[in-house]
Amino acid sequence: MHKRAFIKVLSGTLAAAVLATGPVSAQDPTKVAFVYVGPVGDHGWTYRHDVGRKAVEAEFGDKVETTYVESVAEGADAERVIRNLASKGNDLVFTTSFGYMNPTAKVAKQFPDVKFEHATGYKQAANLATYSARFYEGRAVIGTIAGHMTKSGIIGYIGSFPIPEVVRGINAFTIAMRKVRPDAQVKVVWVNSWYDPGKEGDAAKALIDQGADIIAQHTDSPAPLQVAEQRGVYAFGQASDMRAFAPKAQLTAIVDEWNYYYVDRTRAVMEGTWQSQDVWLGLKEGMVEIAPYGDAVPEDVRAAADSVKQAIIDGSLHPFQGPIANQAGEVVVAEGETVSDKDLLGMNWYVEGVQGELPK
Amino acid sequence: MLRLERRPQNSRTMMYLSPVFALALTLAAGVVLFSIMRVDPAEALYAFFIEPLTTTYGITELGVKATPLILIGVALAIGFRASVWNIGAEGQLTLGAIAGGGVGLALYEVEGFWVLPLMLAAAIAGGMAWAAIPAFLRTRFNANEILVSLMLTYVATLLLSYLVHGPWRDPGGFNFPESRVFHDAATLPIIVDGSRLHLGFALALFVVVATWVMISRTLIGFQVRVIGSAPRAGQYAGFSQNAIIWLTLLFGGACAGLAGVVEVAGPIGQLLPSISPGYGFTAIIVAFVGRLHPLGVLLAGLLMALSYLGGENAQISLNLPLAVTGVFQGLLLFMLLACDVLIRYRIRLRTRSAT
Repeated sequence: MHKRAFIKVLSGTLAAAVLATGPVSAQDPTKVAFVYVGPVGDHGWTYRHDVGRKAVEAEFGDKVETTYVESVAEGADAERVIRNLASKGNDLVFTTSFGYMNPTAKVAKQFPDVKFEHATGYKQAANLATYSARFYEGRAVIGTIAGHMTKSGIIGYIGSFPIPEVVRGINAFTIAMRKVRPDAQVKVVWVNSWYDPGKEGDAAKALIDQGADIIAQHTDSPAPLQVAEQRGVYAFGQASDMRAFAPKAQLTAIVDEWNYYYVDRTRAVMEGTWQSQDVWLGLKEGMVEIAPYGDAVPEDVRAAADSVKQAIIDGSLHPFQGPIANQAGEVVVAEGETVSDKDLLGMNWYVEGVQGELPK
Repeated sequence: MLRLERRPQNSRTMMYLSPVFALALTLAAGVVLFSIMRVDPAEALYAFFIEPLTTTYGITELGVKATPLILIGVALAIGFRASVWNIGAEGQLTLGAIAGGGVGLALYEVEGFWVLPLMLAAAIAGGMAWAAIPAFLRTRFNANEILVSLMLTYVATLLLSYLVHGPWRDPGGFNFPESRVFHDAATLPIIVDGSRLHLGFALALFVVVATWVMISRTLIGFQVRVIGSAPRAGQYAGFSQNAIIWLTLLFGGACAGLAGVVEVAGPIGQLLPSISPGYGFTAIIVAFVGRLHPLGVLLAGLLMALSYLGGENAQISLNLPLAVTGVFQGLLLFMLLACDVLIRYRIRLRTRSAT
């Protein structure tokens, strides 16, 4: 009897000792995973997210372990990839495209202990945060430059999908452009893809043939800039500084800057302070940046662009400040008013100065 | 000088063994590839082909991924046997998703066991209707069905895009291009608890068996085989080539349409602007790797699905780039074609004087 009791006590102690060694696992690296919609070599959207991933590695060294899966289709495949990442012991999973929203939400429900962050969506949960950048603020800056630099008064704009995010960018660009050059027009071509260098390049050619002397884009490859460089017109880089692809043509680029955010959120997980949130940050917080101006941009235009950027940062200018007219010329946002975040998030109409009909 | 010379007779056994040889050669090439990349080949091949199947969830996911490939591959194989080249299964899949999904959305929150069968029927009809266009143009005007069916794929994709951006957009979805999420009565039942494996997989298996019986045991199957290999002989025997064109295209459309609806009513659960990462095209490869035989297509579909799952897994476990998956699939096809060539032809070494 005594012996048995002793064994019981002993085993109890052993169990306690095993439990006490639990914190050893705290020294295991924090595992952070990323799901990308394109290849890491797209030089645009996905590339910038991967730069953010590397920033996390650089910041925390061997205290983190990062993983990514690239070119994950937005559909049935996404849920499996996200679930596999969650089940393989990742502590924090970033899903970096709008189409991952429902799959991320589904998997988040099944893995309450894993933290999820979804870019550009609107569904949150206790372990699912959302984040996005106010890219439209950058669009207002490049729109200002376009207004100054265009001779033909026609700007070609390559759109991916007619979702509010993209429509908002087109509108912010057009409003800023027409403040400088009230008769300028924006022609939009939709390529129905985020990343398709062939189609993007063809769209740029078509737009230049229609008289556009500046190309703007909301797709992820540098193909349109390369076309612009060949044809001797100007263009804006998208998501990252694409100057290497078009040293003469690139006037500037809107640069997505995820580094700080990814580092901050990883640190929050390490320190146990992570909380679900919904953030939408812009030029002021440094999530959107403007690349160095190209040589073709003269001093006065640089000054004008800088002042728009500064005004957005200090809050004296909102890119969607009234009066704003719709395509029919009716003022829909009165002077002194600005479009609310909620309306910006669901924007599905064009402002005056955009040609063509919004696909619906 | 090397010369290819046709063998008088192809070995039947070798024809069926060819994919096995190809797979073995691909694995061997993989070992070389991974060694060059300084990755332990054993570990890499494990991550690619074994690890995805070590969990129940992994096995069920294999079924989920293979379902559309098998469904479409089987139907295309029948057409290819009859030399009817339906390259537009992707479009027929999309139309199936539109028709079936449309019924699901129209009956939103309508309960009833008949909702799902109605969706499936609508999807089959939708896929058939899309395939009927190249069938009609081919039989009536002798228009090339490869071009017509391929081009219709883009039309179908744009039609779906129009619908989810416009009339079928989720009213509560902030104008994002997605339909509502289908309600329960319009969603395929799950056949393994805790997984995503849905009834569509069982349907795919049924189609495999049914097609096998049709092609090997019925007069229609015989006609398909004769018309495909010797159209003139078929005509003398009184078989209608047009009837076979109609039949194979409609069958292809029906299966592709079914594949479309089981994707949207299964793992996706709603209509999106893009619902398939090219299943309709990958299924062409699956049909050929499967030797245009229903059972072969089943195995080839599973193998192709495994290569996708393995590719994802290799990225997660070993940080291997996605391009390796592409190289692997390419290698498999290359080896298969090479084996086929060597089975049909033999290499003869000839001296210059002989030529």
